[in-house]
Amino acid sequence: MGSPNRTDRGSDTARLLPAVASMALALAVIGASLGAIAVSSGVPLWLVTVMAALVFAGGSEFLVVGLTTAGAAPVTALLGGWLLNARHLPYGLALGDALGEGIGRKLFGSHLLVDEAVAFALAESDPRRQRRAYWVAGVTLYCVWAPSVLLGGLLGRGLGDPHLFGLDAALPAGLLTLVLPALRDRSVLRAVLLGCLLAVLTVPLLDQGLAVLVALLGTVAALPLPNERRRAGAEEGGAV
Amino acid sequence: MTLGLVLALAAGTYAMRLAGPLLRDRFRVSEHGRRLLSTAALTLLAAFVAVSACYESGSFAGWPRLAGVLVGGVLAWRGAPFVVVVIAAAGFTAALRALL
Repeated sequence: MGSPNRTDRGSDTARLLPAVASMALALAVIGASLGAIAVSSGVPLWLVTVMAALVFAGGSEFLVVGLTTAGAAPVTALLGGWLLNARHLPYGLALGDALGEGIGRKLFGSHLLVDEAVAFALAESDPRRQRRAYWVAGVTLYCVWAPSVLLGGLLGRGLGDPHLFGLDAALPAGLLTLVLPALRDRSVLRAVLLGCLLAVLTVPLLDQGLAVLVALLGTVAALPLPNERRRAGAEEGGAV
Repeated sequence: MTLGLVLALAAGTYAMRLAGPLLRDRFRVSEHGRRLLSTAALTLLAAFVAVSACYESGSFAGWPRLAGVLVGGVLAWRGAPFVVVVIAAAGFTAALRALL
């Protein structure tokens, strides 16, 4: 690992950019369709743009636009949106250090905490690269989201449905790509498999946001198995 | 939809985002705890992928989306570049929808 100099940071960013850019492009089309849908269902353009900038969590924005324009009570829409975003708390617990030191970085960095930035950060193991990945992805995606919602609203219905381009599959596939390398670790793989199973099975019973949180129970599967712990202990003893 | 609703959603979301980093500063996490936390976050992220591949607001999202995400996953596993994975997933899903 080289020293933290300018060229190193530059090459780190250059390495990240193609992936971040393609994620940003997919996100921009999703944002544009949110803007188009919102405006066509009678939400003022300024309001949906303000929401995009202040909330910056696409799923909950679609949910709130969908529920309120379908006539649901505002409280229902609000609770649904909060619940869907509750996963950000454990994300922050895991990634707190990637935001960097200082209260300013914490205050602004927290607002950039979206699934995509979390995935880019977790794909790195070195703390410095993790921080770099988090900020490059977070800032890029934030700069793309609200303007694309505004543009979509201005263009109106012309954009049509993101389903037509299959973009609803593009974002999960992109996130999956970033998660995959971490699954080489057996204990992570066990936790992820159990968590996914629990989440997918509980969606029909619970709210979607709650089902994702249920996946946290899968983490118990990451605790070392008795014989694994013994082996790890032996290795540590031998290496040091 | 009102400005009040948007502000309340934004405030709640921001509070949940900020709580993690602030709580983390309150206690020193051991190396073991750190690994467990990042496993928890990966599990959460993967579950979010699984749920958004299978469901659209609580009901099954249909085979094209699930198949598209799986195609993307296989390509990623085989080492395809990120851009290829994303385009293939979207393209496969769109093609299936056009055919079915």
